[in-house]
Amino acid sequence: MGVNQPLGDNIVITSLDKLVNWTRKSSIWPMTFGLACCAIEMMAAGASSHDLDRFGIIFRASPRQSDCIIIAGTVTKKMLPVIKTVYEQMPEPKWVIAMGACACSGGIFDTYSVVQGIDEALPVDVYIPGCPPRPEALLYGILKLQDKIMQERNSFGAAFGLGERVSAV
Amino acid sequence: MADTNRAVEKLQGTFAASLVEVKEDRGDWIVTVAKEAIIPVLAFLKNECAFTMLTDVTAVDYLGKPGDRFVMVYQLTSVLHKDRIRIKAPVSEADCRIESATQVFASANWLEREVYDLFGISFDKHPDLRRILMTPDWVGYPLRKDYPLQGPDREPYKGRLS
Repeated sequence: MGVNQPLGDNIVITSLDKLVNWTRKSSIWPMTFGLACCAIEMMAAGASSHDLDRFGIIFRASPRQSDCIIIAGTVTKKMLPVIKTVYEQMPEPKWVIAMGACACSGGIFDTYSVVQGIDEALPVDVYIPGCPPRPEALLYGILKLQDKIMQERNSFGAAFGLGERVSAV
Repeated sequence: MADTNRAVEKLQGTFAASLVEVKEDRGDWIVTVAKEAIIPVLAFLKNECAFTMLTDVTAVDYLGKPGDRFVMVYQLTSVLHKDRIRIKAPVSEADCRIESATQVFASANWLEREVYDLFGISFDKHPDLRRILMTPDWVGYPLRKDYPLQGPDREPYKGRLS
């Protein structure tokens, strides 16, 4: 009578890529890298009213334990080598969020001392415009990053050295 | 203000040959001296006139104006008399150096490094004359009037229509 269910009714079938992607997107640990006023909005996004913790996002003060870096603020040419060092210390897989007009394009600081967009040095995944962006905008950007992570392919195989991780563009 | 007047009168009595200009502007006394006399003048103000605090050291670039290109500016405060005085010293572009005020005021150290970093005026007898704001390998002096705002390696912004 009816359909035979040998596995019982508490089994979910999925692909290993999706499982890995789901775990990764549900525990994005961003490196705290506040450089200017955007950092205040980033802190506000982490505080109780917006509460990034409910997405599994916990700010880490160490690059070695984080897998996302939020470039929150104006990047000066003197700060650039520091950012590069921090980024290189982060373990793979890692993502970059450019938060605010300055990190995206240099913003109003079209001067000799400011890097005209962090994408000159790091591979940026999500750009969040605004000066500074509201916490809701940062939240939306992080949700977009989660979407992007969910669309990655071969994330399971790449985790133990079988081929490369392919990110959907 | 009366005390500054007294300080200025003392300066006029002691350094008459070195004073270029003495003027009062809205209650501020501004004394311009020859750059060779800057250390004796600062030491005199500190030791004899109770101007014990050096509040700021900076410079101005008068590119295209007659006279020397740079002017060093020293802002002194007398905590005892609750008073201030400004000392200026012109520095020419050809001989772009002045004696360091660190031998009188220790607080001049980083302020003079900033002036060196951004204006390119070098300070004789400075204990540690390095760049302080820009990277150590930076070429040029960004606060000079002829330094391009967007840096020497970029096409300058020509307005919205460019």
